[in-house]
Amino acid sequence: MRLAHWGLALLLALPVLAPAQPPDAPPQTVQATLDAGQQERYRRLVHELRCLVCQNQTIADSNAPLAQDLRSQVERQIAEGRSDDEIRHYMTARYGDFVLYKPPVQRNTVFLWAGPFLLLLGALAIALRQLLRRRDAAAAPAAAPDRQALQKLLDEDRP
Amino acid sequence: MRFLIPAALLVVLLVFLGIGLKRDPREVPSPLVGKPAPAFDLALLGEPQRYTQEDLKGRPVLVNFWASWCAGCRVEHPLLVKLAGEGVEIVGMDYKDTDEAARQWLQRHGNPYRRVVADVQGTAGLDWGVYGVPETFVLDANGIIVYKQIGPMTEQAWNEKIRPLLQGQKS
Amino acid sequence: MIPEIGHFLLILALGVASLQFLLPSWGVWKRDARAMAFGQSAAQVQFALVFLSYLCLTWAFVQKDFSVTYVAANSHSELPLMYRISAVWGAHEGSLLLWMLMLSGWTCAVSVFNRRLPADITATCLAVLGAIAVGFLSFMLLTSNPFDRHFPVPAEGKDLNPLLQDPGLIIHPPMLYMGYVGFSVAFAFAIAALVSGRLDGAWARWTRPWTTTAWLFLTMGITLGSWWAYHELGWGGWWFWDPVENASFMPWLVGTALIHSLAVTEKRGLLKSWTVLLAIIAFSLSLLGTFLVRSGVLVSVHAFATDPARGVYILGFLAVVLGSAFSLYAWRAPQLKSDGDLALFSREGLLLLNNVFLVVAAAAVLLGTLYPLFVDALGMGKISVGPPYFNAVFIPLTAPLAAILGLAMAVGWKRAKFAEVVRQLRWPAALALLLAAGLPFLWVGSSGFAVFAGVLLGSWVLLTSVHDLWGRVRAKRSLLAGLAAVPRCVWGMTVAHIGLGLWVLGVAFVSLHSVERDVRLAAGESAELHGYEFFLRGVDPVHGPNYDADRGTVEVTRQGASVTTLHPEKRLYRAQQNVMTEAAVDESPIRDLYVALGEPFDNGDWSLRMYYKPAMQLVWWGGFIMFFGGILAASDRRYRLAKLAQAPVSADGKVTA
Repeated sequence: MRLAHWGLALLLALPVLAPAQPPDAPPQTVQATLDAGQQERYRRLVHELRCLVCQNQTIADSNAPLAQDLRSQVERQIAEGRSDDEIRHYMTARYGDFVLYKPPVQRNTVFLWAGPFLLLLGALAIALRQLLRRRDAAAAPAAAPDRQALQKLLDEDRP
Repeated sequence: MRFLIPAALLVVLLVFLGIGLKRDPREVPSPLVGKPAPAFDLALLGEPQRYTQEDLKGRPVLVNFWASWCAGCRVEHPLLVKLAGEGVEIVGMDYKDTDEAARQWLQRHGNPYRRVVADVQGTAGLDWGVYGVPETFVLDANGIIVYKQIGPMTEQAWNEKIRPLLQGQKS
Repeated sequence: MIPEIGHFLLILALGVASLQFLLPSWGVWKRDARAMAFGQSAAQVQFALVFLSYLCLTWAFVQKDFSVTYVAANSHSELPLMYRISAVWGAHEGSLLLWMLMLSGWTCAVSVFNRRLPADITATCLAVLGAIAVGFLSFMLLTSNPFDRHFPVPAEGKDLNPLLQDPGLIIHPPMLYMGYVGFSVAFAFAIAALVSGRLDGAWARWTRPWTTTAWLFLTMGITLGSWWAYHELGWGGWWFWDPVENASFMPWLVGTALIHSLAVTEKRGLLKSWTVLLAIIAFSLSLLGTFLVRSGVLVSVHAFATDPARGVYILGFLAVVLGSAFSLYAWRAPQLKSDGDLALFSREGLLLLNNVFLVVAAAAVLLGTLYPLFVDALGMGKISVGPPYFNAVFIPLTAPLAAILGLAMAVGWKRAKFAEVVRQLRWPAALALLLAAGLPFLWVGSSGFAVFAGVLLGSWVLLTSVHDLWGRVRAKRSLLAGLAAVPRCVWGMTVAHIGLGLWVLGVAFVSLHSVERDVRLAAGESAELHGYEFFLRGVDPVHGPNYDADRGTVEVTRQGASVTTLHPEKRLYRAQQNVMTEAAVDESPIRDLYVALGEPFDNGDWSLRMYYKPAMQLVWWGGFIMFFGGILAASDRRYRLAKLAQAPVSADGKVTA
């Protein structure tokens, strides 16, 4: 019972402890400031940047005020002629690598990017070694009646 | 021997998961720690002159981002008032707020701030990497950020992390 | 009173589960037939107890008993009945009870459908399942009791999370859990094989229908989850590589590898230790998913309210269960000897190759999901790993799989001639190339390398599946006779692979050729998207059972002709004042048109997000058809006939020398 009370109290306190957000500002939409090619870049970038106050969403998909601010920043900087890399650098200078959904290739992500392919190569090497090896007859020959049944099963050609 | 590999991998995984339980995956550490305070040029609350990052130099100072609409700020505010009373220099950055609301709030809850900067648009917040209020940055006398407190200031953070840093500055 | 009964029933169930674990284990050790048989009665009693307990919680919800903490937190007096019933599994404690219900259900099924199993195998399986039940029941009773009461009784509940007030909630979690929990049976069978030292074709034949059934439920669960997110979250996406989504996808990938590996073990007695390992890993990933979702270790939209204290308990449980399983594997697996050779160009060789791709893909997803945690734990910084990473890594890892799949269906067991197979497949290959070249232009009006490759792979899988079926049918007198003669398991394989082919096609088109537009419209204005006109007639207030909404009316026309009228909504759920976007979708086999309301402007304008999504339906249909294929495969006659137990193949069940 006591536990439940504490649990409830904690639940109620959570909104206080979580970072507070300003009351909703008017939304932005991508106005005619960007041409078609720029809009494409805008869309790609806002789908790559993380909304820091959300539970795992891009700034494209979130209506949190911070997300709206960052979207405006991206739009403004594209209109000013900054490159994608410069915009990403702007974000990471303020929020760190956490804000990028595509982790940059650097020392602490080498294993992340290389890992799957190294693993694939290793696994394929092991599997192919197994498959291409000519093994000496390991199993004793099956008794004659068994062999017929075996062959029948194989010939059925089912999955 | 290769049959032990799955078990070994499991142990590694469990160790990491155990460590993970103690970490907060939502906390975003600031890349600005160790760097100079980002530039800004904003109006002050209730005073005619402007305030910039240069004005933060000269002595160790806490830069506290807060707002009148922020519930967590209410939680930390008594501590800030107490610290100000002990002589700690605190500059307030009023984030995405109106002057009127800020004034009323400070009147009601006390004003620990040497100065209050009105960051109405949140531009300073954006440059300082603020993602929610309250957040407090600790600057040394040269205007370099030495620590960032995410969320409300706590006694524990003050005693264990921030005060030793500030005392290191003074000596 | 009822909640207390529910609580008490769980305590009883814990006692029964403990006995279900201990007595049969002792029976297997001492070869005591009665102790071994006790497992079956215990399993059935346990199921009855858990089922009744579950009904008690449902009753509390239906009766709006807000004195129960869990009900007050997840229900509301205005919540419609069907959501009150499904709110039982809407949050952590109740979903655990659902887990237990599924587990005891599967366990009961094993205790009933085991006529052809040796007594010690059944006993070991039930003991293992009992041990898992003990873990979950004690977790619930010690840390997450859904029947806790609180006083004073609130006048009103907090309402179910509006995101969950959707038909998707009614069916997605039960399907998903059936899949997750179902892999525990394969796990139990694997442990039984290791403990007894016996693993032969018969073992594989017993394990296959259980595993396939779990797999098909998981397939449906994931497909429904994706479909639900698409309709509910309002951003037009259907997969975000979110940690919780990955937690369900990893067991699916390994489960797929497992059902194919079981085929090889049943047919040829090969890959024994590999199959056992896969069965253990599949369930391990299910349990890992449970941990990730409830411990707060990773950030996710789908996570339950997180609590590190509970995380510690689950971690301990993982350590015990998985530690024992993998240790047992390390000790006993070396004694499982295979019955012969594996050649590369044979069905079993190609299946092994595809196993490699599936397992490495699962490992890659695991790596990406946990990597932020690794880096943070080692103090090396804080990073995010999101869709750009997963898409870049996953697609190259699984593309070869689709290619080899088509090949493997035409290749026979044990023997195959490369030239002959290539000759056989020339028509599917040619047609696939043709489709890849032409279909993108027909469907979306343009093409590119990526969509060419995607359509090529999807068509290849489709056409080789149909070609395989055609080959079997053609040999008979008439088409009907041919179709009737095809065994159900072959139908299962064909249908499931067709589902996969359609899924690949859908994903290729929708990922590469969707068009998105954000616009700001006043009532009476329209916007254009990919040849369609979206006319906003207006936005009006409506009053729902437990929400108030702004409902837009969007008339869609194409070249003047009316296509449809869509009603996106922005709902405010009164209880907790949450705002929810309810997107409006016009679905057709060729394309989806998707409209979501954004935010209102001060002057009455609204921001809208519009999507044109080609072939989106193929993604869902692909999943549903795979589900159906699984049903066909799992219900093949040979699993249901008692006679086959006497098959002379490895009758004595001894390990071959």
